[in-house]
Amino acid sequence: MLDTNLKHIDSVEKFNDLVKSGRKAAIVCGRMGPMCIPVYGVMESLEAKYPDVEFFDMEFDSPIGMKTIRSLPETRSFNGLPFTVYLRDGKVVAATSSIQSKAQVKAILDEKLV
Amino acid sequence: MNERFDAIVMGGGPAGLTAAIYLARARLKTLVVDNATIGGQTNLTHEVANYPGVLNVSGAGLARIMKSQATSFGARIIGHADIIDFDLSGPEKRIEIDDEGVFTAPVVVLATGGVPRTLGLESESRFKGRGISYCATCDGDFFTGKEIVVIGGGNSALEEAVSLTKYATKVTIVHEFDHFQAHPWAVEEARKNPAISFMMNQRVDGFAGGEKLEGVITTDKTTGATVTIPAEGAFLFIGYTPNTAWLKGQVTLNERGEIPVDESLATNIPGVFAAGDARVKRYRQITTAVADGTIAALAAADYLARNQIQA
Repeated sequence: MLDTNLKHIDSVEKFNDLVKSGRKAAIVCGRMGPMCIPVYGVMESLEAKYPDVEFFDMEFDSPIGMKTIRSLPETRSFNGLPFTVYLRDGKVVAATSSIQSKAQVKAILDEKLV
Repeated sequence: MNERFDAIVMGGGPAGLTAAIYLARARLKTLVVDNATIGGQTNLTHEVANYPGVLNVSGAGLARIMKSQATSFGARIIGHADIIDFDLSGPEKRIEIDDEGVFTAPVVVLATGGVPRTLGLESESRFKGRGISYCATCDGDFFTGKEIVVIGGGNSALEEAVSLTKYATKVTIVHEFDHFQAHPWAVEEARKNPAISFMMNQRVDGFAGGEKLEGVITTDKTTGATVTIPAEGAFLFIGYTPNTAWLKGQVTLNERGEIPVDESLATNIPGVFAAGDARVKRYRQITTAVADGTIAALAAADYLARNQIQA
């Protein structure tokens, strides 16, 4: 389990249910490393500002990560942690690789999820 | 909401958190504001092995302890703050933060740290996370069995190049000068590694590829010859730049964007002090940032006492 204050996606079923539900969500798939920790912090800081978006983390090295976010076509060319995926209406509407600033995350949320 | 503090510390890295620990422990009402994650560049350090008194700790772990210490003494900390406006002139300094309010204080400690330097090339942002990385420990294993480039010539570049040979079959170090800035032992370690080759005196012109990085385009600064080095990964370790651009016009900066200070770390503005990587200094380490934070806090407390100001 990642040491963040975000909600955790800890099973493939949970991920699939989230996709099926069509809810708006941002999922940060990473480790407790230097590039990932700042992104978890950004997401935590934005939870109150975007009440209709759910913010999750997911362990990159778990089988769950392998069977879900890491196998999406949208992350096929990624090779920088963390992989961040934004969901809306059951679809991946944006995906980023590597560290992102608060401004970069807000820009995606405002454009794709609001 | 409007709230008055004795001191506002702008920046939540080791310098800022140390300043907050000293100020709050002196029973001064203290606010720490950072526009990013509390911990600053320390968070970007996988392992800190040379911080006295601590055998081995992650950078994020060390930052978490410092933050806990500051809050335990009563400091209030706001991370990821959207700073809308600030004014350092006059006896009462003012900072406005979106969703938080307006905060004032007679003293401010600027501990805004540094940000990793980038090449500023369009193709750099295009391939970020698709081959371009700034963290060997984070992303090294993506390049197992592949050829990569390390850009830079300081200690970080040389040390990380050596560590990346655990994964990559070939590491080419590309540097803009004909000599390294790294310590001799770091250069020697890299030179004796058979998986590492060197391209000196090179200008990086761009990054090439489709969905993923495929090569790094460089030009020899002496001959003018341009080559594309085949590489699926490029790790950039080209130093840091002071995070002070947003302070321009409010506090004096030198030509490198650093804040000049006197012996007590006072800036050109009465009541404004600077600590850590943002100020003029030669050695930028967690330990020197912590020392700066201590000095700035003690000087700020002395300034408040001499001027008999307290919230």
